[in-house]
Amino acid sequence: MNKIIRKKSLNPTVSLMEIEAPLIARKAEPGQFIIFRAKEDSERVPLTIADFDREKGTVTIIYQIVGGSTMELDTLNEGEYIHDFVGPLGQPSETEGLKKVAVVGGGVGCAIAYPIAKKLSALGCEVHSVVGFRNKDLVILEDEFKAASKELRMMTDDGSYGTKGLVTNALEELIKEGNQYDEVIAIGPLIMMKFVCQLTKKYDIKTVVSMNPIMIDGTGMCGGCRLTVGGETKFACVDGPDFDGHLVDFDEAMHRGTMYREFETHAREASCNLLKQQ
Amino acid sequence: MPKNMDPKKSPMPVQDPMVRRNNFDEVALGYSYETAVKEAQRCLNCKNKPCTTACPVSIDIPAFIERVANEDMEGAYEIISRSSSLPAVCGRVCPQENQCEGKCVRGIKGESVGIGRLERFVADYHREHCTEKPAVPAPNGHKVAIIGAGPSGLTAAGDLAKLGYKVTIYEALHLAGGVLVYGIPEFRLPKVIVQKEIDNLKALGVDIETNMVIGKVLTVDELFEMGNEAVYIGSGAGLPRFMNIPGESLKGVYSANEYLTRINLMKAYKKGSKTPIRHSKRVAVVGGGNVAMDAARSAKRMGAEEVYIVYRRGMEELPARKEEVEHAQEEGIIFKTLTNPIEVLGDENGEVKGMKCIEMELGEPDASGRRRPVPKADSEFVLDIDTMIMSIGTSPNPLIRSTTPGLETNKHGCIVTDGDNGLTSREGVYAGGDAVTGAATVILAMGAGKAAAKAIDEYIKSKGE
Repeated sequence: MNKIIRKKSLNPTVSLMEIEAPLIARKAEPGQFIIFRAKEDSERVPLTIADFDREKGTVTIIYQIVGGSTMELDTLNEGEYIHDFVGPLGQPSETEGLKKVAVVGGGVGCAIAYPIAKKLSALGCEVHSVVGFRNKDLVILEDEFKAASKELRMMTDDGSYGTKGLVTNALEELIKEGNQYDEVIAIGPLIMMKFVCQLTKKYDIKTVVSMNPIMIDGTGMCGGCRLTVGGETKFACVDGPDFDGHLVDFDEAMHRGTMYREFETHAREASCNLLKQQ
Repeated sequence: MPKNMDPKKSPMPVQDPMVRRNNFDEVALGYSYETAVKEAQRCLNCKNKPCTTACPVSIDIPAFIERVANEDMEGAYEIISRSSSLPAVCGRVCPQENQCEGKCVRGIKGESVGIGRLERFVADYHREHCTEKPAVPAPNGHKVAIIGAGPSGLTAAGDLAKLGYKVTIYEALHLAGGVLVYGIPEFRLPKVIVQKEIDNLKALGVDIETNMVIGKVLTVDELFEMGNEAVYIGSGAGLPRFMNIPGESLKGVYSANEYLTRINLMKAYKKGSKTPIRHSKRVAVVGGGNVAMDAARSAKRMGAEEVYIVYRRGMEELPARKEEVEHAQEEGIIFKTLTNPIEVLGDENGEVKGMKCIEMELGEPDASGRRRPVPKADSEFVLDIDTMIMSIGTSPNPLIRSTTPGLETNKHGCIVTDGDNGLTSREGVYAGGDAVTGAATVILAMGAGKAAAKAIDEYIKSKGE
């Protein structure tokens, strides 16, 4: 049982929770994830760590309410307890030797991209961030990204904030302006990461993506999170979640991600109905 | 004492196959009091106890059976629990036919004594009738950490706690029990029984910390820094193996670990469960071990109409227990032996729609001494399925070996131990169970936990001298 120290709504569907978890906070690194179970009979759900405070002993998660499990998590409030909270899992993002990096975040993926931008910036790396959202209302972590980046490009699908367009448009612009990146780090929806990788392949820039497949135990037991990377089967929970984006089979990952779509729709409706009754 | 010279074992009452294939209730119903006493009277009480020699945890079998024959059930339980921390579990899942019962003298001219069934009866009788909590042993002032609350770790914990050690078990999942709760299905091992055995350990003073992934949140070295004088690694088997054939990433291909974890640990078999699972109609389970039988029988209970076991060798070579194979057959599982998958076929949505197979025949014996299956030319065919479950073993988990300097592992990644006592290449670090042997049985893991507990006790005592 882990106590919720702080809960804050970042936009209509995305919230932040700061969780008391001193042992996890002591070891956590950007790129790693936790698994939570909101209540005793809830699903196990992986979430990448958005921030941590070793001194306070807290770990911050940012989640988008997309299905039954995140809806259930969102019913918990400050001062209440998450039933299970386990981590830090997976491999930390590699930051060593990077001098200039473009960090690309899409939607709630920005929550995961931010701690890496922050760490790189603290290490003295020049960080250029490109963040994309559907519209102005959904923008999160703008000030945080500003603080961690030498250059920030804000993109929205509808042009209601920043520049109208896709993150790939802004990234290509930056590259064409003559920026030479050691690496691009892209975190967001699979389709976004796929197109970022197509672009960077053209310019031959190493690109790291953070994969978030369906998972159960998260410790290397169930094999549900497998994906194909460079023709080999890899497990996101122990080998990742970061992988060389130019080697990831995104189409397969997208297919696998829809495995339980029908079930999830029912679960979400059931949770909604339950909440309405309450 | 009257002897029962019936050459046959008293049969185990079971749920009717046509009924049980639709529910997750326990298949075997257990002996009645009278049947247990009658069966116990079949034991000849041999002086040299071949059964005990064949038991991985060396239970004094003739002694406990004599108590049952004398209707002293608590006395029988006391004898079993001297050697086994999980009697209700072992009585259900041990491969007795290869161990105690395989060596029983009564088995020479008839059927062996039903040792496993009697063990189960004694443990169940105790659970249902005994209200006394076990006495907490006097603390000896020493601390030991155990990684993994599966059969191996639980056994080591029980033995060490009985000697007065302060034992903490670190479990990665949210629930203690390891394979007993995530792998073995409810119909073979009801989870209330596992929980009761775990409660008994807690009553002995064992602490169980769940949600603790050692190698991540704490390392083995940190466990020593926390004052533990020895560490036992019983972290179990690891990542599921796949065959590396085309189509294994299609929607509808599961590892047996994932399929069983969804159903058992995450309770997908219960109505209204929040755990997603495929409601399959036609299922192929690839593999022939006990895990494959569990997956196939679970699929049937989840509502599948046709369930196949696809195995590349023959019926004779199936590694699963004979009883499990028979139960599966009774429940309508179809055995496609001498068959090997070569490709999983998908539809336009990436869903499994079939499995291309090839027929096999047995050739010359291979390194394992078993005849090697070789493909028959021009024998390819397609099995019409919507779900495929891979049950062809696991390879060891990397989390502990990659974070414990000086811990020697073999080329497969299994932890190397010295002889039978589980000592690793690191002083004070012991290991056992699947983490050492690769996928094996519950009782072998328990045997390793037992041997390591003894070695740890000797090691800590010798340090103090």
